[in-house]
Amino acid sequence: MSQTYTIHIDGVAIQALPGQKLIEAADAAGIYIPRLCHKRGLEPFGACRLCTVLVNGRPGTACTTPVADGMVVENDIESLREFRKQIIEMLFVEGNHFCMFCEMSGNCELQAMAYRFGITAPRYPYIWPHREIDASHPDILIDRNRCILCGRCVRASRDIDGKHVYDFVGRGAHKQIAVNAAARLADTNADVTDEALNVCPVGALLKKRTAFQVPIGRRLYDLKPIGSEIESDGSTRID
Amino acid sequence: MVTTKDKTRRIVISPVTRVEGHGKVSILLDEENNVQQARLHIVEFRGFERFIQGRPYWEMPVAVQRLCGICPVSHHLCAAKAVDRLVGGEQLTPTAEKMRRLMHYGQIFQSHVLHFFHLCSPDLLFGFDADPKIRNVIGVAAKYPDLAKQGIFMRKYGQEVIRLTAGKKIHGTGAIPGGINKNLSIEERDELLADLDQMIAWSLGAVKIARDYTMDHIEIAKLFGSFESNHLSIVRGDGAMDLYDGGLRAIDRDGKKIFDQVDNQDYLSYIAEEVRDWSYMKFPFIKSIGPENGWYRVGPLARINTCDFIDTPEAESARKEFMAVTQGKPNHMTLAYHWARMIEVLHAIEKIAELLHDPDLQGTDLVVRGDRRDEGVGILEAPRGTLFHHYRINKDDQVTMCNLIVSTTSNNEPMNRAVQRVAQDHLSGKPEISEAMLNHVEVAIRAYDPCLSCATHAMGQMPLSVILVDANGEIIDEKTKQ
Repeated sequence: MSQTYTIHIDGVAIQALPGQKLIEAADAAGIYIPRLCHKRGLEPFGACRLCTVLVNGRPGTACTTPVADGMVVENDIESLREFRKQIIEMLFVEGNHFCMFCEMSGNCELQAMAYRFGITAPRYPYIWPHREIDASHPDILIDRNRCILCGRCVRASRDIDGKHVYDFVGRGAHKQIAVNAAARLADTNADVTDEALNVCPVGALLKKRTAFQVPIGRRLYDLKPIGSEIESDGSTRID
Repeated sequence: MVTTKDKTRRIVISPVTRVEGHGKVSILLDEENNVQQARLHIVEFRGFERFIQGRPYWEMPVAVQRLCGICPVSHHLCAAKAVDRLVGGEQLTPTAEKMRRLMHYGQIFQSHVLHFFHLCSPDLLFGFDADPKIRNVIGVAAKYPDLAKQGIFMRKYGQEVIRLTAGKKIHGTGAIPGGINKNLSIEERDELLADLDQMIAWSLGAVKIARDYTMDHIEIAKLFGSFESNHLSIVRGDGAMDLYDGGLRAIDRDGKKIFDQVDNQDYLSYIAEEVRDWSYMKFPFIKSIGPENGWYRVGPLARINTCDFIDTPEAESARKEFMAVTQGKPNHMTLAYHWARMIEVLHAIEKIAELLHDPDLQGTDLVVRGDRRDEGVGILEAPRGTLFHHYRINKDDQVTMCNLIVSTTSNNEPMNRAVQRVAQDHLSGKPEISEAMLNHVEVAIRAYDPCLSCATHAMGQMPLSVILVDANGEIIDEKTKQ
C-alpha cells in the first residue's frame, strides 16, 4: 500500500497522496475550495488567488501548495469568505462584465461564483476599461471585456493543443490576453476544435454562432451552485 | 398671475405619470392663458443604436431587448427576425415560428392588460378630474377589487406564457438566429391550458368594459384629443391582422391605401425620420407624403383601422362592432385606443388557445440556417405599434449599423397633436389651471400607452410636478404632487 498523508481541512480529516496539490486532495474528499484560474488537467497557475486558504495559519493558494502530512487547513471561514468576495468584486469592476446579455450567462464561472458568495453588487467603483474585441477568426471570438486573466487558454493551448496561440502582454492594469500573431487571431493556427476554447471560465473566448442555444433552466449553474459538483461525502474522508 | 417680460408663461408637467418611462409636457400660455404651444418632450437618451456597434450579431435579440422592461419580448423577437435574415434562416420551422408567436401573443396580452387595468383604468373608472388621491391603481383596488384582481391574474398569465417560451418572464433568451432554443413540453402546455378558459372569459369582459365606456362617452370621445391621421401597421398577405409577421400597409385618413404589402427589407424606401431640436425622440413619416403631412399613427387603433379582418372569431366580431361606429371608415378617436387595445387582448388569447392545441409546439426541429447575408430588417407589431429593427454586419459578424424605430417613436407626432388638441380645448383661456385640467393632457398621452421606457427605466415614485417658468427659463413657481 502506497504512503498516504492525513490532513485536516476545517476540522475534517482526509487522506492525501504525496505530490498532490492541496486543492486536488480537497476535491477528492468532496471539499470545495473556490477557484477560477485552476482547472483539473491544466498546470497549476496561482493567478486568481481565490483558492487561498490558511495552511498551518499562513495564507497560501491551494492550487499550488503540495500536501504535507499533518497539515491543518482552514478554508470555509469568515475571514477567507470575505477575502474571496473582495477578489470576485475586483474582477467584476476591472473588466466590462454585462451578464444581462452575455452568452455565457448561466454557464459562467465568475457569475456563478458571485451567486455562490451572495454578491449583488461590487463595493468598488467600476473602472470601465477600454478593451478590444478580436472577431477576425471565422469561428472564434475573443472578447477581452470579459477576460479575467486566468491563463487557462494560455495553458490549454500550449500544453494540450500544442499550439501556444495565446499569451499575456502588458503589466499590471494593462495586462491582457494576446495572440501569437502580429495582430489578429485569424493569423494564428487557432481552430474551433482547440481545447483552449473549452476551458475559458467566462465569455472571453467563444465559439461563434453558438450563443443562447441552451435554454434558461438547463444551463450549467441554473439549478445548482458552482462547487456543488465537488461537494460530497468524498471517499477519501477519514471518519 | 405671474407676469414675465414677454408676458408668456410655461407650464411643465414633468414627469408625465402612469406611462412607461420619463417624458414631460410643456405648455406655453400667453397673458390671457391662451395656449401658444404644447409639446410632449422625451427627455431620455439611451444610445443603443451606437453602443451595440462592434458586438456580434447573435447578441442582438438578447442585448437590445434591454431597451425595456415592459415590452422586451417585442424587441427580442424583432431583433431575432432581423438576425434570421443574417443567417438565412427567415423560413422558420413550424415549431420555431409557433413558439415565437406564442411568446409574442403572451407579450401583447400582458402588456395591454397592464396598461388597461393598471395605468389607464383610474381615469376611466373615476373620471379625468376625480380626486387624484383615489384616481390611481390603489383606488381601483379599493373600489373595484375584482377588476384589479383580474388585471393582476391576466398579466400573470401573459408572463407565464413568456416564461415558458423565452425561459424567464423578463429578458429571456428563447429566440435565437434562425429559430428558437426550446419547444413547449406537454406539462408546460397543460399548465397554460389550466387557466385558459378563465382568461378568455375575462378578455371578453374587458372588451365589454372598454366598449361600454367608449359608447357611453362617444360624444366626448369624438372630440377628446382627436384628429385625422394616416395609420400604419403590418398585415398578413390576405389583409388579416397579424401581429408577428406581414407586409407594411399604410392608409390615409379616409382609409385609402397609401402603400400595401411592402417588403419589410424595403422599409427605408417608404419611411423616413425627422429630428427636431426639442426632443430626443425622432419623428417618422411616410416619404411619399413628406414630414409635414406624412406622419402616421401606430398601435391598436391603427391596426384595427388598417386590417381587413381578424382571423379569430370573437375578436373579429368585436372589430366589426368597433368599425360600425365610424361606418367602416378609419376611427380617429384618441380615446378609442382603449377599446381597440382590448379587442387585441381578445385576439391574443384566442391565438394562444389556437396555438396551445397545436402539436407543432412539441416539435423538435428548432433551428434553420441558410445563406449568410450582411443586412437584415425585422418588423413586427409590438403592443404599442409597428417596431423596426435593422442591422448591418461586417464579414467578422460584428454589427456595423443599427436602426431602431420603436412604436412610440411613430406615435410621437400623434401624441403631440393630441396634447395640443387637449390643451386648446381644456386649458386655453381658463383663468386658472387646475390639476384636473393637466390630467386631461396626460389622459390623452396615456391613450397611446407610450413606452418611454424604451428610452429609460423609471424607479420608485413618479411625482407630478408643475413648474412655472418665465420666458427666460427662470422657475417662478413650482408645485409637486406626491
